[in-house]
Amino acid sequence: MSLSTVTPARMRPGEGAVARLACLALQPVLSRIVRRTAARHPSLFARLGPHQTTDFLIDPVELPFTLHLRPDPAALILRAVPRDAAPHAGATIRGRFLLLLELVDAEEDGDAAFFSRDLDVSGDTEAVVRLRNALDDMDGSLAEETAAMFGPPGRAILARLRRAYSSTTTGQEIA
Amino acid sequence: MSLAELICPAGTPAALRTAVDAGADAVYCGFQDATNARNFPGLNFTPDELRDAVAFAHAKGTKVLLALNTYPPAGKVDLWRQAADTGARIGVDAFIVADMGVADYIARSHPGIRLHLSVQAAASSPEAIRYYCENFGVKRVVLPRILTIPEIRQIRTEIPCEIETFIFGNHGLMVEGRCSLTNYLTGQSTNMDGVCSPASDVEYARHADGSMSSQLAGFTIDRFSPEEKAGYPTICKGRYTAPHRPEGYYAFEEPVSLNLSRLLPELIEAGVHAFKIEGRQRSKSYVRGVVRAFRAAVDDIRAGRQANIADLIALTEGQKQTQGAFETKKWR
Ligand code: SF4
Repeated sequence: MSLSTVTPARMRPGEGAVARLACLALQPVLSRIVRRTAARHPSLFARLGPHQTTDFLIDPVELPFTLHLRPDPAALILRAVPRDAAPHAGATIRGRFLLLLELVDAEEDGDAAFFSRDLDVSGDTEAVVRLRNALDDMDGSLAEETAAMFGPPGRAILARLRRAYSSTTTGQEIA
Repeated sequence: MSLAELICPAGTPAALRTAVDAGADAVYCGFQDATNARNFPGLNFTPDELRDAVAFAHAKGTKVLLALNTYPPAGKVDLWRQAADTGARIGVDAFIVADMGVADYIARSHPGIRLHLSVQAAASSPEAIRYYCENFGVKRVVLPRILTIPEIRQIRTEIPCEIETFIFGNHGLMVEGRCSLTNYLTGQSTNMDGVCSPASDVEYARHADGSMSSQLAGFTIDRFSPEEKAGYPTICKGRYTAPHRPEGYYAFEEPVSLNLSRLLPELIEAGVHAFKIEGRQRSKSYVRGVVRAFRAAVDDIRAGRQANIADLIALTEGQKQTQGAFETKKWR
């Protein structure tokens, strides 16, 4: 398998070390996100069916790491891993970070992102479809909930990220 | 002027709530099994979810239509009958059916609940539609997407039931309810199992030049260059090579979606009672965007204003849209 239009950036010198540090720093947050989501939205596991034990890679192309998700209610995993240390995945979903976040929050439509080639999926297509449908059935915003965990600074960072994303997708300058 | 009801898709309870809040007059949905034509993994409703969804929708004055629009294999009707009984118990406002046996069962067992004839029945002549009305008490027909507006206007005068037409979304082009392309490649039936191009048989392969090919059951359906817009991996919209077209071409249809927003005033004037938005497999984001846009357009037309339909091209397959046969028979 080779690469698509949403190819991850080539690693720069020193980026491996940065990636490992970022992964370490992020881990407590990711663990909280996945536990809270599972507790608040238990019905999403039923929609995943047999793919609760599938390893998903959610790959934000512009970040130096990738996210490994195994949505097994008995042993939930969401962790950031440097790309070169990513496990073999049953399914991979690749795109820009904010697009991936907007998809989880149903601010963007996954099929439209696929048609426009901004979203790239590979591996077990049924697993991807199940994950998508499970996440789409969640009410509320995972991004907002996560930002709220960090109070006003978290919300400010999210707002800034969204501004940056919408301006790059519409071709405007960042305010 | 017809009522111009907006019939909106919901693949999950959250999508149903989104459709209701966005202004749907009715929402259509199905159970998590072969009784409906969007039997996709992780999609659709359990009976408990449907019960809660119906309560939510009814509290806001929105109807819920249950799609039982696949064909039971001969002698295996129990699943469809149980689904109808469950829907009746929950209090859905109508059943959308294609199969005569299913229609007959509901007409006898639940005569108080409306029957709508699914597009999957492919009833496109006044004679065919009248047959369903006379024998099963069908109250509304969802017309196949092969008729022009003058033809719809004419049919309207010759049938005793309401007319619903598609207005936006995926646009298959085979005779509806009769397409066996998926069956041919995968062994699963669109019309009996409820799934076209099952996800378990779909694979996307990346190539060194940045292109992507979509495959169904190991057969390549299409290959998109890095800059090209993509479509669903459906056989009818595949690009194939042939001895006279070695470069590959869309033998049946291109990836394209139906968008009749500009024809809405004419369709209302022709007496179409209800407009269906396709897309139970799509996200809440799609549902919210499309339902809001059509809600505003229908309200404008009803109020005698010029409808200003939002640009929905980003949500269309291949980011291309067509008015199909509604505009001209020359389409394809
Ligand atoms: S292959 Fe095309 S025409 Fe046939 S069922 Fe699928 S979408 Fe419809």
